[in-house]
Amino acid sequence: MIDRRSFLRLSALGGGAVFMSGLYGKALGATGDQAGMNASTEDFYFVQMSDSHWGYSGDANPEAANTLKKAVAAVNALEVPPDFIVFTGDLTHTTDDPKERRKRMSEFRDIVGELKVKPLHFMPGEHDASLDNGTAFKEFFGQTHYTFDHKGVHFIVLDNVSDPGARIGDAQLDWLKTDLSMQPADARIVVFTHRPLFDLAPKWDWATRDGDKAMALLLPHANVTVFYGHIHQEHHHQTEHIKHHAAKSLIFPLPAPGSQDKRTPLVWDAAAPYKGLGFREVETELKTAEYEISEFPVIKS
Amino acid sequence: MDKSRRRLFSGAATGLGALLWATAGAATRPTGKKERVIKVQAKKFVYTPNRIVLKQGESVVLEFTALDFMHGFKIPDWNIRADLMPGQVTRVSLKPDNAGEFDFLCDNFCGTGHEEMSGKIIVTA
Repeated sequence: MIDRRSFLRLSALGGGAVFMSGLYGKALGATGDQAGMNASTEDFYFVQMSDSHWGYSGDANPEAANTLKKAVAAVNALEVPPDFIVFTGDLTHTTDDPKERRKRMSEFRDIVGELKVKPLHFMPGEHDASLDNGTAFKEFFGQTHYTFDHKGVHFIVLDNVSDPGARIGDAQLDWLKTDLSMQPADARIVVFTHRPLFDLAPKWDWATRDGDKAMALLLPHANVTVFYGHIHQEHHHQTEHIKHHAAKSLIFPLPAPGSQDKRTPLVWDAAAPYKGLGFREVETELKTAEYEISEFPVIKS
Repeated sequence: MDKSRRRLFSGAATGLGALLWATAGAATRPTGKKERVIKVQAKKFVYTPNRIVLKQGESVVLEFTALDFMHGFKIPDWNIRADLMPGQVTRVSLKPDNAGEFDFLCDNFCGTGHEEMSGKIIVTA
C-alpha cells in the first residue's frame, strides 16, 4: 500500500505544489538529543484553510456562493484524511450589521460542518472580529486564542485581530509567555494566526502592531513555525530561525506584497475560475521539525 | 510594530525626516510656532483630502477630525501613527526633510472599505 508521503508527492505532481519548510536537522542539532523526541509520536498532516470571506459579493469572485462549498468537497475527497483542519481567519466577510454578521457565521458553520474530518480549529480574522472585538465569533466558534497539543506538537492560536488596531495586547502576550514557559526548549511549536507577525507590507496594513513582542517570546524556542492567512496568497518568510507561511484564500487572490499602489483583488479570470485560490496540506516530520507544505486548488484543473 | 506608538507620545519621530505631535482635544499645539494647518476629515472609508502636498522642510500641522469611528492614521515610511478619536481634534505635526511620495493609511480596521482608506503625502523639493 502506498504510504502517506509517497501519495502526497504523487498527488502534488498532479496539480499541487510542494514546499519544504522547517529546520532541516538544526533542531535536533541544537539539543543534541535525538532521544528527546517522544518515541510514541508519529508524523501526521493537517489541512489549513483560510480567508473564505463568506458573505462577500463582488466582481473579484462571481462564484463566491460556491467557492467555500467546493473547497469543502475537495478536502472531503482527499485520499488520506488529515488529522484536523484549521481555519486561519476571515471566515466571513465584514459587515456593520451585527445580525448579518451572525447570519454569515451561522451559514459558514453549516457549510464547514459538512467536512468529514474533525476536529476543526477556528480563529478570527479582522473581518470576523474587529468591529465587535470578537463577540460574535466567540458565540459561534469559542475562544479567539488557545492552545492544543497533537502527537508531539504544541499548537498556539494567537488572536491579532479582535483589537481593530491589530494588537495582540499585553494580556494575551502575558498568556503566551506563561504558555511558552511550560514548553521544553526543543518543543515542536506551531503558531496559527491571521495577520503576519512581522512587517510584511505596512503600507497595506499587512502587519501586527505588537507582533515584535510575540516574536521576542517565540525566538528563544528552537522549533517554531508560523502559519497565517490575511494576505490571500502563498508566501514564505523567515525571521532568524522561525519560518512564516501564508496561505491562499478561498475568495480572491491579492497582489504580491507592496507590488502596487492599492491592495485591490486580482481580476477574476473566467477562463480559469478559482485561479489563485486553494488550501494546503501541512505534513509534520517530527524528528527534524520539518513541515512539508502541499498547495491544492479549489477545483482540479 | 508599536515603536511608532511610543514615538507618537514622545514626539521623537525625527529619524526619517518628520516631526510628530498628536494632541487630542487641545486648542493649540504646545510650541506656539506658526505652521500651516491642514484640516483633514476621516470617515468611512476616505480621508478628505487624501492627497496632501507639502514643501520639503515646511512645518505643517495636520488637524484630523474623525466623524464615525476611531480611524487610524499611519505613515509607514516615517514610522508615524495616531488614533483619531471621534469628537476630538487630533494634531499631527510634520516637517518632511526629503522630497517624494509617501503613503498613509487607516490602520484601525473600520469596515468593508477599510482596505481602500488611504492617501498620499507629496513632498516637493
